Amino acid sequence: MDFKDYYKTLGVSRDADADEIKRAYRKLARKYHPDVSKEPDAEDRFKDVGEAYEVLKDPEKRAAYDQLGADWKAGQDFRPPPGAGAGAGPRPGGGGFYYSSGGGGAEQQGFSDFFETLFGGGRMGGMGRGGAEEFQFRQSRPSRGEDQTARIQISLKDAFHGANRTLELRTPDGGKRSIRVAIPPGVTEGKRIRLAGQGMPGFNGGPAGDLFLEIGFQPHPVFEAQGRNVLVTLPVTPWEAALGETVSVPTLGGRVELKIPAGSQSGRRLRLKGRGLPGSPHGDQIVTLRIEIPPADSDEARKLYEQMRNTMAFNPRRDIEV
Amino acid sequence: MTRDEMDILMGQLLDESLEVEFAELCSMCHASEDFVLELVAEGVIEPEGPERAHWRFTGRSVYRTQVALRLHQDLDVNLPGVALVLDLLEEIRQLR
Repeated sequence: MDFKDYYKTLGVSRDADADEIKRAYRKLARKYHPDVSKEPDAEDRFKDVGEAYEVLKDPEKRAAYDQLGADWKAGQDFRPPPGAGAGAGPRPGGGGFYYSSGGGGAEQQGFSDFFETLFGGGRMGGMGRGGAEEFQFRQSRPSRGEDQTARIQISLKDAFHGANRTLELRTPDGGKRSIRVAIPPGVTEGKRIRLAGQGMPGFNGGPAGDLFLEIGFQPHPVFEAQGRNVLVTLPVTPWEAALGETVSVPTLGGRVELKIPAGSQSGRRLRLKGRGLPGSPHGDQIVTLRIEIPPADSDEARKLYEQMRNTMAFNPRRDIEV
Repeated sequence: MTRDEMDILMGQLLDESLEVEFAELCSMCHASEDFVLELVAEGVIEPEGPERAHWRFTGRSVYRTQVALRLHQDLDVNLPGVALVLDLLEEIRQLR
């Protein structure tokens, strides 16, 4: 197993006092808290920081950890010395793991093997709650399993039509299990689906926790969702914009005809009512026109542009002249 | 078991159309009644209905309660601070 350098994780020296350790922990916990952080590895970092603080804030655990010596490097293959480990009894709550929230649950996906080897396991609640007393209580009473949260990326088409998706979840013993979940049509980005009883298993006959799926959308080359509305940029020719035209536009439900009013400028927004994501009410599709200028790459095209220049008294900068 | 043989789980979409009662919200979020009452008093979550027995909360309240609980417990943020963080997080999400 890999050695964990808890001092390095918190960015403190080996002789840091309790206040310094607490300050460093608080700062990093705010930075990596998965509810507020956008760092890609926030969840793992938050977990590491919580584990480091769990050890360094406790004088007994810190002393046991320090006895290993200062020569170890983070990530180095670690074999515990004889007699080390599991001496600190059941661990009190602390640190806190985003994806194991829950009041009554045992915490099964918390600390690293390195921690477990040194300080023993015991199934304890995380999230800064619990403690030895609660540990005793939980050992004899049924307790609910912890909730889990997972993020799932779906396509906009799946959000529009609804879909069934198979998910692979980690189990407490390090294994995997699969579930098949219905994604309802009209789900929007950031929304969550609760699957009751699909979280971590309970203990002593307690019920399982819940699984919360947080919906994210895969980027789409044409469509972008904004709530239930769907945004599309539609390239049009100068003559379609100037003279007006009915053109075919893609929507998530298939192509529809859109009338471009004569005299449209680039950036004009046209609304296709009810063509966004389904719901109550349905979203709209917002089409933004973008006029594409044909290149003057032939004599004929160049002549047409010259003719326009000579016959049209048009000054697009009239409003910004001072 | 092949994909076709697996049962399809129908979840509960936590959106504005969802309505949960006070006790259900507490249970769903593993939050004490006192904590949820404090969130209501602070304006972090806003139930529909005149009194506690008739309160109804939406999916947004479920999410805000869960995040409030984590911020409160993990970072020792007090409730006015939790309210501020939640509002700013929503604003950031909208801007994105």
